[in-house]
Amino acid sequence: MSAEHTHDEHGTAHAEHEGMTKKKIWQVFFYMLGITAIEFFIALYLLPKGIIGHGIGNFIYVILTLVKAFYIVAYFMHLKFEKFALKTGIMVSLVFIIYFIILMLTEGSYQYLHMN
Amino acid sequence: MSTAVSKLDEIRTDAWSGGKSPFAVEYGKLMMWFFLLSDAFTFSAFLIYYGALRFSKLTWPDPDVVFQSIPGLADHGYPLVFVGIMTFILIMSSVTMVLAVEAGHRNSKKEVVWWMIATIIGGAMFLGCQALEWSHLHHEGYWWGSFPASYTGVDMVGALQFSNLFFTITGFHGFHVFTGVIVNIIITLMVVSGVFQRRGSYLMVEKVGLYWHFVDLVWVFVFTFFYLV
Repeated sequence: MSAEHTHDEHGTAHAEHEGMTKKKIWQVFFYMLGITAIEFFIALYLLPKGIIGHGIGNFIYVILTLVKAFYIVAYFMHLKFEKFALKTGIMVSLVFIIYFIILMLTEGSYQYLHMN
Repeated sequence: MSTAVSKLDEIRTDAWSGGKSPFAVEYGKLMMWFFLLSDAFTFSAFLIYYGALRFSKLTWPDPDVVFQSIPGLADHGYPLVFVGIMTFILIMSSVTMVLAVEAGHRNSKKEVVWWMIATIIGGAMFLGCQALEWSHLHHEGYWWGSFPASYTGVDMVGALQFSNLFFTITGFHGFHVFTGVIVNIIITLMVVSGVFQRRGSYLMVEKVGLYWHFVDLVWVFVFTFFYLV
């Protein structure tokens, strides 16, 4: 059992290391740089010229931000290569944040309509 | 005697049968994840409060107008340029940190030291930029409890809350960056003195790396909700 255990842990550790190579790290960096460049393109060109509205602009910003967040957490923080239980344990907890966003923004809209 | 073992007597070795972490991560690393999760709740509470207030006000300061200077170079006319530089610096320092972790996996002490030093320089540059931006905004009249008299919107409470929340949230984030730089310096000194080489693992570099990436992650959200939206 003991020998098997050590072997198992070594195997897992090895598998973890396969996740990030230097090449992969720079690839993720350029993805994130590209996404930031798109955000700047929207902020400095598309919005001022009126090609897209602010509503659509903000929606795209949020989507792009979530993509960037995914790359940081999955690759830089290595969560993608962790065990399923750890991944879900961390990610499912974030449902409280989603709930709080819905709750507070609804409240904000209500105040906008009735308190101003 | 039969060699067959009944199903009940077999030694189970799967993840949840005990004797080892089912998450297959070291204790300190798991605790770092838990801490970061709690910190994520704190930062989201701040940002969600910002959103709720902004939704409730008739007018809100326009970020393209508030943040359009490059301190030391131009007073106005360059929206987003300076914060773009800050964002680039922080993403870059995240990359050098992950390269330090990668070098740690190969037990290459020299490379870990150099990438850690690069990360510390990146963090210090970010803090310097933030100090410049704060002092510029302070000169314009923004601070906790105040905003410039030239503000044209009708909702004064909105402008005041924008000002308060900007300094509180970027300040709280800056404090995290500052702490991260200090911890990175301590860990770098430990790498230099060979602590992890003797220990045979650079796991501690991974743990501070997690914290450092989290600081970058928070900045991604602060950047979007303060400067873009």
